[in-house]
Parts: sequence; C-alpha cells; structure tokens
Amino acid sequence: MKAKAEIMDADQIRRAVTRIAHEIVEANKGIEDVRLVGIRTRGVPLARRMAAKIEEIEGAACPVGVLDITLYRDDLTTIAQQPVVHKTEIPFSVEDKVIVLVDDVLYTGRTARAALDALIDLGRPRRIQLAVLVDRGHRELPIRADFVGKNVPTSREEVVRVDLVEVDGVDRVSILSR
Amino acid sequence: MSLRHKDLLSLAQLSREEIELVLDTAEACKQIFDRPVKKFPTLRGKVVVNLFYEASTRTRTSFELAGKWMSADVVNFTASTSSVMKGESLSDTAKTLEALGADIIVIRHRSPGAAHLVARAVRSRVINAGDGAHEHPTQALLDLFTIREKKGRLDGLTVTIVGDILHSRVARSQIIGLSRMGARVRVAGPPTLIPAGLEQRGVEVYHRLEPAIDGADVINVLRIQRERQAKGLFPSIREYVRLYGLTRERLAAAKEDVLVMHPGPANLGVEIAQDVVEDPRSAVREQVTNGVAVRMALLYLMSGGDARELQSAG
Repeated sequence: MKAKAEIMDADQIRRAVTRIAHEIVEANKGIEDVRLVGIRTRGVPLARRMAAKIEEIEGAACPVGVLDITLYRDDLTTIAQQPVVHKTEIPFSVEDKVIVLVDDVLYTGRTARAALDALIDLGRPRRIQLAVLVDRGHRELPIRADFVGKNVPTSREEVVRVDLVEVDGVDRVSILSR
Repeated sequence: MSLRHKDLLSLAQLSREEIELVLDTAEACKQIFDRPVKKFPTLRGKVVVNLFYEASTRTRTSFELAGKWMSADVVNFTASTSSVMKGESLSDTAKTLEALGADIIVIRHRSPGAAHLVARAVRSRVINAGDGAHEHPTQALLDLFTIREKKGRLDGLTVTIVGDILHSRVARSQIIGLSRMGARVRVAGPPTLIPAGLEQRGVEVYHRLEPAIDGADVINVLRIQRERQAKGLFPSIREYVRLYGLTRERLAAAKEDVLVMHPGPANLGVEIAQDVVEDPRSAVREQVTNGVAVRMALLYLMSGGDARELQSAG
C-alpha cells in the first residue's frame, strides 16, 4: 500500500467540519431536536468536532452519541476474523429526534445501512440524516449523504485513508493505492 | 480478532487475551438489556442446538435467550424426550444434529469428556455447558465477567471458593480462569471435598471458613450437592451449615466491600443464607443476567470464519 496523494490537510478538514456544522443548523432550522451520532471509530471524533462548532454557532450544546455497528454487519459469515465489538453509547432517547449519523468515508453504503438498522433498533427517530467527511463514490446500495465534506472521485483499487488527531495523532485525508 | 478454536471445551484452552476478548465483547452485548428491541441480527441463519442430557434451568435458558437475541435459530434437545431413550449413542445424536445443520452444539452431559467426544465426532462447533464433575467453562467466564464488572479488575484479587470443590465443575473451571487472569485463589471446605494437589497449582487450601474469607475480595459459594451426603463425605447437612454455611454473621467478618457469588441453584439456608443472597454485596441475581451476555459473546466469537480451518481440541 503506497501513498498517492494527500487530498485534505488539517485546515481543509477544519473548514469542511465547520461548513457541515453550519449546514446541519441551516437544514434543520436550529438544533432543538438534533442529535449527532458518530459511527465508530472515526465518525466519533468528527461528530464531537461538529457538535463543538454547532455550539459555537447556536450557543447551545448538541448531544453526541457513539454507535458501534459490528453486530449489524452483513459480512460476518464471510470474513475469517470476527471484528471486535465495542459498546454503543447513546446517552439520549432517539425517539422523535433528528439524528445526524456521522462517518469519515462514504463508500459502498454498507456501513450506513448497518448504522440505520442499529439506530432504528434503539427507537423511532423522526428523521435520520448522514454527514460524511469524504464521499468517494462506488455505492452498492441506494444510500446518499445529506452533508459531504469533499467529493473525491476514486477507483475501486484505491483506499481512502482518514487520519484524525484524536485517533491517529494527525489530521489528514490521503489516497493510497494497492 | 476471534477465538481461534473450533470448540470451547475447557477454560484451559483460552489465553489471557482471549478471555479478555470474551469479557469485552460480553460488555457490549450486555447493553441489550437496556434496549427496547432485544435483538441483534448478527447470527441470522445460524442454527444453535442445546443438547442437554442433564437437568438445567438457567444454563439452558441462558443459551436459548443468548441465541435468540443474536437472531440464531435455537433448537432445544432434551435427552428424556428424544431418541436417546431409544438407545441412540451420543456421537450418533451429535451427527444427526450436524446433518440437520447445527452450526453450534451446546452440550451438557453427566459424563466428563462428553463434550470432547462430540467435538471430535462433528464439524459443528461445540460448547461445553458442563460435563460431569469436569468443567463448566461458560459459567466460569460469566463469573469472571461479574467480578471484573464489580471490582474493575481480576489481577491481584483474592477469591475464596467455598464448598464441594471435589465434585464441582464450576470450581475447576474457575480455578483455571482466575489463576490465568492473575487472581489469588483460596478454597475452603471439608477435607473430604477438596481434591489433592491443589496447592501445587498455587491454590491456598483452608478447612475453616473464617480464615478463608478474611481479607478476601470475592466469596464464591458452591451448591452443596445433597446426593453426596449419602456417600458419607461429610457427617450431616446440619454440621455443614454450622461450619461452612455463609450467614450474615460470618459475612460481617469479611471485607466491607466483599462480593458474594453463587452459581445457582442455591440451597437457601444450607451453603448460603437467604439474607446473604439478598444482601447488596451479593451479585447472585446479576450473575444470571451476565450469563446471557457472556453466552451471546461466545456465540458471536465462535460463528465467524470456517470451522474446518480450526483445530479441534477434542
């Protein structure tokens, strides 16, 4: 796996997060019933950053939850190594709320599908929206994002790698080729 | 990461890291108790068979719920109502279940080694739910889970197991698991109910209860199996109660934050008093809840990949 190009640096990531935060507030006409839910692993720090921005903009806190989708994956019987299951930590009721799912990369759509199922098992949100830092195309399911940091045309042979300070010690989005 | 074993027959198979993986996974699975929809889609299409040759309420129900909450199809196969009565052998029965598509066979049998026999006979994955006086690894795992949950760790704790150590599959599995996780193990009971050679495995042996629970972080009380009394292994139930019964008075001499456990079913007023079971320091009820979480974790961790690639320990 070798690095081909850096497509976002720390400043670009910061600006994208800021813009998405504004869009979330605008699209929902405020944040009264809005709750952010980050998909493990890198959706979680992104959701926290968006929540901090929203608080700056609106002057009110926007609660953040953490969703682990491992038990909802559709490939568990075909992969050799079982992925490690982590806790889902959603400290609020999703009932009748506008839930914004947050993830780092939107690719096949299978993670988003699993996240939708996992979320709906927790209650009945009024609406679910999807926010991603990078949309790289190649959907295998009829799923689209409501808020996108950057659209990146890729080939299937490439890998989009998102590094975030909270997890990886650096903010960077890069394309790697096999 | 998953468990690189075809079967779970003995706790001795699992490394410290694997035990930690099971406990961490169980922690996530336990969240199901707080949810409106008690169902994960994880094991859709998998078949789990409970093959029980011995009476059991909580272990069988626990495996059944664990399987159902993970969306597996669970079939209960009870020996008294099956072709076992018509003389079918254990490995024949297991092969029949395999032919019916069993992905995981959970077996409880009165003979030590029964789970090993089944594991060798079939490609299905096998979980030992108690084989005679030999082992009961899933009970020990749920006890480890309960201790870790309440105490925050296992390493460095002192755990006292009280009662019939000789005939207890729970005690055997617990001693293996606790030692592996770095806990100090004490056992207490009449000399006739303590197997020889435990000291060589680093276990401290006591024949009086008071010094055994002094300073212990956990007291784990075993069920006294009344049928043993007929064999003259101890003089009378009354004497046993007087010497080893865990009462509120005896508990007063233990550490203030001691954790009391019992694998169930308890003979109330014999090895443990009713008010001790209901004491806030007792986790007896919660052990049952934790049992479902630990078994969900095991079913998940033992469902991945291709079982044919994994070595059977049977």
